[in-house]
Amino acid sequence: MTTQTTPPKSPDIPAAGAPAGLIGIPERIARALATGGGVLAVVSTFLAWTWTDEFPGDLTFYGYPGGLQVLVLIGGALTALFGLATYGVKGLGWLTPAGGDAALKLTSLATFATAWYTVLAISFRLGGVVNLEPGGYVVAVVTLAGVLGALALPFERPEPDPIDPEASRGERFRHDAAHGWHVVKASFAAGTPRPLRRLPASLEILVIVGILAVCLLVFTYGIGTEYDELFIGFLITAGFCFAALHKAGLIAHATRITARHQNITICGAFVAAACFPFTQTDDQYATIGVYILIFATVALGLNIVVGLAGLLDLGYVAFLGVGAYAAALVSGSPSSPFDVHFPFWAAVLVGALASLVFGVLIGAPTLRLRGDYLAIVTLGFGEIFRIAANNLDGTSGPDLTNGSNGVSSVPDLEILGFDLGVHHVIGGVTIGRFANYFFLMLLITAVVVLVFRRSGDSRIGRAWVAIREDETAALAMGIHGFRVKLIAFAVGATLAGLAGTVQAHVTYTVTPEQYLFAGAIPPNSAFLLAAVVLGGMGTIGGPLIGAALLFLIPNKLQFLGNYQLFAFGLALVLLMRFRPEGLVPNRRRQLEFHEEAAAPDVLSKTGA
Amino acid sequence: MTALLEVEDLRVAYGKIQAVKGISFTVDAGEVVTLIGTNGAGKTTTLRTLSGLLKPVGGQIRFRGKSLKKIPAHEIVSLGLAHSPEGRHIFPRMSIEDNLRLGAFLRSDKAGIEKDIQRAYGLFPILGERRKQAAGTLSGGEQQMLAMGRALMSQPQLLMLDEPSMGLSPIMMQKIMATIAELKEQGTTILLVEQNAQAALSLADQGHVMEVGNIVLSGSGRELLHDESVRKAYLGED
Repeated sequence: MTTQTTPPKSPDIPAAGAPAGLIGIPERIARALATGGGVLAVVSTFLAWTWTDEFPGDLTFYGYPGGLQVLVLIGGALTALFGLATYGVKGLGWLTPAGGDAALKLTSLATFATAWYTVLAISFRLGGVVNLEPGGYVVAVVTLAGVLGALALPFERPEPDPIDPEASRGERFRHDAAHGWHVVKASFAAGTPRPLRRLPASLEILVIVGILAVCLLVFTYGIGTEYDELFIGFLITAGFCFAALHKAGLIAHATRITARHQNITICGAFVAAACFPFTQTDDQYATIGVYILIFATVALGLNIVVGLAGLLDLGYVAFLGVGAYAAALVSGSPSSPFDVHFPFWAAVLVGALASLVFGVLIGAPTLRLRGDYLAIVTLGFGEIFRIAANNLDGTSGPDLTNGSNGVSSVPDLEILGFDLGVHHVIGGVTIGRFANYFFLMLLITAVVVLVFRRSGDSRIGRAWVAIREDETAALAMGIHGFRVKLIAFAVGATLAGLAGTVQAHVTYTVTPEQYLFAGAIPPNSAFLLAAVVLGGMGTIGGPLIGAALLFLIPNKLQFLGNYQLFAFGLALVLLMRFRPEGLVPNRRRQLEFHEEAAAPDVLSKTGA
Repeated sequence: MTALLEVEDLRVAYGKIQAVKGISFTVDAGEVVTLIGTNGAGKTTTLRTLSGLLKPVGGQIRFRGKSLKKIPAHEIVSLGLAHSPEGRHIFPRMSIEDNLRLGAFLRSDKAGIEKDIQRAYGLFPILGERRKQAAGTLSGGEQQMLAMGRALMSQPQLLMLDEPSMGLSPIMMQKIMATIAELKEQGTTILLVEQNAQAALSLADQGHVMEVGNIVLSGSGRELLHDESVRKAYLGED
């Protein structure tokens, strides 16, 4: 019997391997459409899209883009830039070190998706397309034309796998679907980045400053989005544009530059973060800022335990709770059984120490377990902490935590005569209560980042990674497995306790219900772990970005309501399928998940 | 003079299954001693017990006159007994240099560690060329070199090598064996476990043939190499 190995080709499908687009438009027209679409989208944002200011953001002005129009403007401008770069316009070559077509497609999609989302949102909210002004139609048409043009850009089609001619219909369908998916993936594939000219160090530092400024701007914009539509538009634009920059090879280039000046980048990032309260006119968003920082700092602490030492801890939030309770109990709160009022430095020490002791107490018996068993036991201890805090109320146990009412009215901090509870005016900018705590928390974050970096690069950090990678070999090297793991546990606990001491003051009240395993509001153990996994295990940037996203999305999209956890779960599943190493990959991890990928030349110890 | 390592009536079991059924041998300083035998003879089990990864059921292990029976694995390394485990067990996602540094985990003399890293690079130049690369990107033979280099980093009195030639091409195997010979020249004491009896015996001062948990034959390397039964069983000659 002979087996036919090549599938019959229908005449309208271009030959495999030959470059062709997803849509049959000649390349020249397609490129012009895509680039022109970007330019026209920019122009259309200066038109009015609707007649009434009932749609938030007030899109009724001519000559003045507002709200969602700004996002379309940015997307359009990027599209136009990438489009011009693919024409080889002089001076734009640096934009596309890995080829511009994929980036052009993604920015076109960003513009298209944001614009159409806006137009549809207007129509739904105001009850029909009659509410659109001509500008609304214009932007819809030009972005559609742009995206069609972009998708028609040619790309290398992958060769379809041969299929068994006797395959059943189901198998055939699966085969075709898989091939279709490969084609779509190939259409967005980027080329290998060509090396860019190396800039002098001073210029590179300038580039870093620019990158950080853009990051601050994007973050501030995201945090300051005032209505659901704008935040969704922001997510669409930011997501697609980030992907576009990635495909263009700019992210890889930026990573190389920041890796060369790692200390400057980290210091710069803290300066940029410290600038955040100065960009705000009131304390409303500084609140979100400080909560994100608490969440992110604890996630970074957890990253030592999970990312470096590889110990799955599902009860980590308990250490935050221990720190918070300890600080609240010695803060002079009226509901504390201790009638003491420690200064802040002493309260921090008490909080960190309490968490350390708690960490060692829990770690000593549990760390003899491995893998899943450890996870279950830590989960149990996390719940024991919460239930114990609930019961230590004077009736079901000794009076310590005031039961489910918690320790309330925790007074504001006063450090060196500086009262964090009232607002101050610095350089004409009012710095409110939450902004004060934002600065304090930033300091704690800096400490945690420092500890993470120093320990990750040290002898003990190597031992953690060794234990995670191969416990037998690590033992044969003379590494005392149990002791090294206990140190990781204790360090992680202490850092969480540190964050807890500030949290107690920020939230005024410390109750057991703040320290759940899983709940709608971060930080809780599940969200902390998710922030680490989502962001990238073993990195510094990963948990920070993961925590920011995981805090902002539920906070901004209140309408998700009960579906929030569902959406969150879905997002995690998708991420694990398509990018298991997290948003900010540790180079070591990338090697683990993508064995087929080229090995990196140089390994960093703690990643980005 | 007492031997560096004395093993007396050592018995090791996995549950009810006796893997090592009472073996005795000694290793003198400066010697290369080899344990040869087929799969399941108990060679690897013996090494793992010596380095503390397994606990013996009975018998005595004395290293430099001190009993090792109650000492945990990580302390045995600090006594000067290094183990390059079977299947190499390098840390694939760490750089070569970090792998070597982990071998010196128990040492704190920075200058000495740097010197020994350079020594390892001298012994295995390929490691030096790729010092920043992930160890998992090395070929099997290069990984074996790394495992040996890493074991040497603890400045051991006795180096235990478990099947260094496993899964290697003949050329790579020759290189590894040449390195072992070089280490022997430099005065390193080596306990070598091998299936490749020919190569191991031609290097060894002393050899022991293991079969299902017992030492059935002992002698100098040369003697065993020419022993009738060894030739039949392990060298594939009739």
